Amino acid sequence: MAPPFGSLAPGSALLNTPRTIRAPGPGRLIRPNQNVHRFAVFTACCTFFLLIAGALVTSNDAGLSVPDWPLSYGSFMPPMIGGIFYEHGHRMIASFVGMLSIVLAVWLWRVYSRRPPEERWLRWMGVAALGAVVAQGLLGGLTVLFFLPPAVSSAHATLAQLFFSTVASIALFTSEWWERSSLRVPDLRTPSLHVLSVATASAVLLQLILGAAFRHKAFGIVPHLAGAVVVTGMIFWLAGALKRRFPAIPELCFAARGLHILIGVQLLLGGAAYWSRLYAASFPQPIPVMVALTVTHVVTGALVLMSCVLVTLVCYRIVQPAEAMIPAAAPRPSAAD
Amino acid sequence: MSKSRNPRPGRFSGTMLSFAAGIVLAGALISCGGKGNESEAPAPAANPSGKPVDSATAGTVTGMIKLDGTAPKPKNINMAAEPNCAKEHSTPAQTEDVVPGDGGTLQNVVVYLKGDFSQYSFPPNSAPQQIDQKGCQYHPHVLALQTGEPLQVVNSDQTTHNIHPVPKDNREWNESQPPGAPPINQSFARPEVAIPVKCNVHPWMKAYIAVFDNPYYAVTGKDGSFTIKNVPPGTYTVTAWQESLGSQDQMVTVGPSESKTVTLTYKPNSGD
Repeated sequence: MAPPFGSLAPGSALLNTPRTIRAPGPGRLIRPNQNVHRFAVFTACCTFFLLIAGALVTSNDAGLSVPDWPLSYGSFMPPMIGGIFYEHGHRMIASFVGMLSIVLAVWLWRVYSRRPPEERWLRWMGVAALGAVVAQGLLGGLTVLFFLPPAVSSAHATLAQLFFSTVASIALFTSEWWERSSLRVPDLRTPSLHVLSVATASAVLLQLILGAAFRHKAFGIVPHLAGAVVVTGMIFWLAGALKRRFPAIPELCFAARGLHILIGVQLLLGGAAYWSRLYAASFPQPIPVMVALTVTHVVTGALVLMSCVLVTLVCYRIVQPAEAMIPAAAPRPSAAD
Repeated sequence: MSKSRNPRPGRFSGTMLSFAAGIVLAGALISCGGKGNESEAPAPAANPSGKPVDSATAGTVTGMIKLDGTAPKPKNINMAAEPNCAKEHSTPAQTEDVVPGDGGTLQNVVVYLKGDFSQYSFPPNSAPQQIDQKGCQYHPHVLALQTGEPLQVVNSDQTTHNIHPVPKDNREWNESQPPGAPPINQSFARPEVAIPVKCNVHPWMKAYIAVFDNPYYAVTGKDGSFTIKNVPPGTYTVTAWQESLGSQDQMVTVGPSESKTVTLTYKPNSGD
């Protein structure tokens, strides 16, 4: 008989049979994709530093300190003074992350091409991440060559955060927890956690777009403030649902706690960042407190999006919505019976 | 052991993220194309086939821009991050938003005439106006010139600058200038009051360039005075523009060969 819940059934061979090989040497079993997981985590961490570097460029008003692209002042290494330090430093870190993305895409392709067909989809995540980082480089060049048009700059900022979430997702998919978890819990309430988590992640993404548009002078602060109210409500709703419906599931309780902490910190940072921008408006140059607060607010927003995306994936992994729990119909007796 | 399909949230999330990224990229590319793509054709002069101003009947508008009150205290500029800039100043450089002149006057105010000059032609000067980057500040802080008049940008510092005007009605450009580089020559095709100029390498650097399609403008100096010569007889609006205090207007009628004096007064919190 086919498992009643299809691919998520506890009897699934993929879910319950750890894929391991015995390492040369006493005792220790390793997973074939353990190192690609570690590399994905490393790439995600480097991407986080790239987000910081990018935010520093904008907060220090250094976006056009290097007027040419792809070279910088006609060379690979211009004098690292003033705004050039931030802009070219950002380009250097971006190049490094680009190379990491190439390695990650190739590695994923090699490792997962040898896996069963139902697991090979992860290769395409590496390709998607690589495509995103190439597009991000092109957007960065366009924003310099066309003098920071708000739409391009906002797209560059948004795609950066999407790329970060993509790499973090790859790290999750290659993790031991993802491979070995056989936990399946029913979700009988509405809206289902699947719907709630996707809606929350989408709201956070929209809020990030509004924030980027404000930061790059496409429009004012009001849409971003309104979005903050919506996102706060959604995150509280999602985190509350996680805790109420599954108080005994440590992964989901941890996710709820993390979301609460992140949104609280982000709200405080948002208020402080906006105050610092108003305070710094009369100064002749960006002041350190404004730079620190605005950069921290931006990267915490990236962490919020990443967390919502990962929570969504975890919910899809271990939570079964009510509509997926309808048992298969018993076979009809045939005329021959 | 049944063959089961691996749950594919990855495809869902990978597709979702890739789709979102594609939408973002497409939207950006569609809407990109900033002021750098503006046409280079200069706006027509007041009237290229117009007659020259008759100097026998032309008058003069002179005057003073006064400040009624105490100018806001300038802020110190922190150049510590750029030693080549800091060493040029024995005391900290200061902002130049509101620079008082002698005797309760204001420096760096652009004064210009608004009126109907359509019957006259005003060929621009061929000698370039110069703006210098010295001590990591622009000199002069405020400059006025005519449409099509050459602007020469000079770097007297031992550090790299990039000169970046941010106009609304003219073509935006952004050029780097390492130490010892030759002057940059540019011009502006359309009238605009006033174009902010910045250096993205040194964010405290700021200047303004006012562009006119006629020669009836001046920038006040240390004594706060201005003189606008060769004005054809007529009624005009004398407008003063200051970067922080805004604009002030006053009407004036200039008769044949007449000299008129205008005084405009700013209060420290006045202006548009």
